[in-house]
Amino acid sequence: MSKKGILINITKCIGCQQCVSACKIQNNLPDTEETKLSITAYTVVDEKEERYIRRMCMHCNYPTCESVCPVGAFEHTLEGAVLYHAEKCIGCRYCMMACPFQVPRYEWMSRTPTIQKCKFCIERIVKGEVTACVEACPVEANIFGDYNDILRIARQTVSAEPDKYVNHIYGENEVGGTTILYISDVPFEKLGFKTNLGTQKLPELTWSALSKIPSVVAVGGTLLYGIWWITNRRKEVIEFESKMKESQTNNQDEEN
Amino acid sequence: MIKSVISNLTFWKSVGAILIGLALFSIIFRFVFGLGAATNLTDEFPWGLWIGFDILCGVGLAAGGFTLCGLVYIFNIKEFKPIVRPAILTAFLGYLLVVFALLVDLGRPDRIWHAMIMWNPRSVMFEVAWCVMLYSTVLALEFSPAILERFKWKTPLKIVKAITIPLVIAGVLLSTLHQSSLGSLYLIVPNKLYGLWYSSLIPVFFFLSALTIGCAMVIIESYLSARAFKKNLEFPLLLRLGQIMVMLISVQLVVRAIDLIDRGVLNLLLIPRTETYLFYLEIILGLIIPLVLLSIKNIRTTRVGLFYASFIAVLGFVLNRMNVSITGMETGSGVSYMPSWMEVFVTMGIVALGFVAFSYAVKYFNIFEEPVKADNSVGDVVAKEINFSTVLKD
Repeated sequence: MSKKGILINITKCIGCQQCVSACKIQNNLPDTEETKLSITAYTVVDEKEERYIRRMCMHCNYPTCESVCPVGAFEHTLEGAVLYHAEKCIGCRYCMMACPFQVPRYEWMSRTPTIQKCKFCIERIVKGEVTACVEACPVEANIFGDYNDILRIARQTVSAEPDKYVNHIYGENEVGGTTILYISDVPFEKLGFKTNLGTQKLPELTWSALSKIPSVVAVGGTLLYGIWWITNRRKEVIEFESKMKESQTNNQDEEN
Repeated sequence: MIKSVISNLTFWKSVGAILIGLALFSIIFRFVFGLGAATNLTDEFPWGLWIGFDILCGVGLAAGGFTLCGLVYIFNIKEFKPIVRPAILTAFLGYLLVVFALLVDLGRPDRIWHAMIMWNPRSVMFEVAWCVMLYSTVLALEFSPAILERFKWKTPLKIVKAITIPLVIAGVLLSTLHQSSLGSLYLIVPNKLYGLWYSSLIPVFFFLSALTIGCAMVIIESYLSARAFKKNLEFPLLLRLGQIMVMLISVQLVVRAIDLIDRGVLNLLLIPRTETYLFYLEIILGLIIPLVLLSIKNIRTTRVGLFYASFIAVLGFVLNRMNVSITGMETGSGVSYMPSWMEVFVTMGIVALGFVAFSYAVKYFNIFEEPVKADNSVGDVVAKEINFSTVLKD
């Protein structure tokens, strides 16, 4: 299956919360009203600068959570979804610490806590359907489709009305690109988006250190062994020489 | 005299018992009601005091073990031999406590073994997990002669002694990887960790500071042990450790200065905000004061001078780890964090447990080369009871 994506057009969102309700039904979450992502809200609609901004997991193209998880509890699917497998999770919470968008939520009050976050409605997508949130949107503020298509639509929309839109597709390049893209008529930093994330794929940062381990072990091991061999040899030589001297003096004593 | 020693003992024993009791209560509370009820951790700030102090500092303070093993067995500087065992003991206890703290902090400690069979070699945490497992094993083996001697198990003792060199090499390598990988954990958060601390060299900084603090811890332990157990360790040895510290601190100062210049963040040093002050404090305590104290001959060549220089270096080291893991992360995470009382209790209880375990180990195993000699004026009974923590009092 090809990579999918969601384009969220902030100028069109009317804040009706239909996507939020649809998400809760799809994921069997309690119907509570929330303003921030939580273990019972995988998506919320935020209001800033008289705009409505839907927040959700960005489903990064190079997911940080997937790279940092020590037990491989995250899976990056061909559809672009970043999925979490609770049965593997040991609860180290490194995914939360590392996520540049601060998305993963934790069941802090549970005795067997797991991470909760958007699942990109993977069961629906593999059947060829769109995600529950996009389906529920009454005003085309959300467009679901093949990633290349929605990226093209985003570019066309922005370039068709350059006076209206900010010349920035949020998520096109951030941390190497994300499956969820945003376009807006208000600068993203004013809407609570992190605009200082850069375009580097974050997993590369740790890989640059991790990839050095084999050489550290090989060079370090050889070096340590070499130093030990030299110092040990030196000790042996000294011991041998002193023994020789001893026996020599002994011999001389006997001769005398 | 006897009375004052006894009352000191009782005082410190009660303090230890209370701390461990409070920690026990907090741990039970945490497992019954969840991490959220016991800690001030949040979705935006998922790592707190337990990771910052118990784990990052705990592992760092255990660095004396591999530093000394390397000096004695690899570089063949045999004069250090008398302090190898106490250093290994501290490292071993340190790692056991780190694992204990980890079990309290993990959401699903019952699944800690997952890291053994569910691999993700691209994860720094995976490297950390394996380093903890393997190095704890190495430390257990390195410490095992003390136990084997006590029970006179000759064959296993022979085997362990025969593999000393491979063990030490493995220990040094694993420690190098582990100390640096704790820094590598933070490579993935360039947008959260404040610019004064975030650097691609952070694994190197963690390693260098661990080596320094390894030496400092040995000096501190020797000083305290000398007072507690009336055991005088060779002073020239400690002097040499002090010299090694001077070298390591100088290297750190240079590397960290170059790093700040290289990354073009010198301007951050002039911004009046909490991070800046804490950064200065960390550098002054951890590097500058120890360097100055250890460079002045009249201070360096006294036991007390060496002790205080090392102690201040340790304070600076702890501040560095707390800055990287907590204060440096607050602004980037958009929240502030203060540990809850229960988090503090657990941490203090774990430290107390470390002292208790050390004093018992010293009592039952031959840790210092010669058997502990009782001070005649105090009497045998009290000498037996002497506790490591008593020395902190005076």
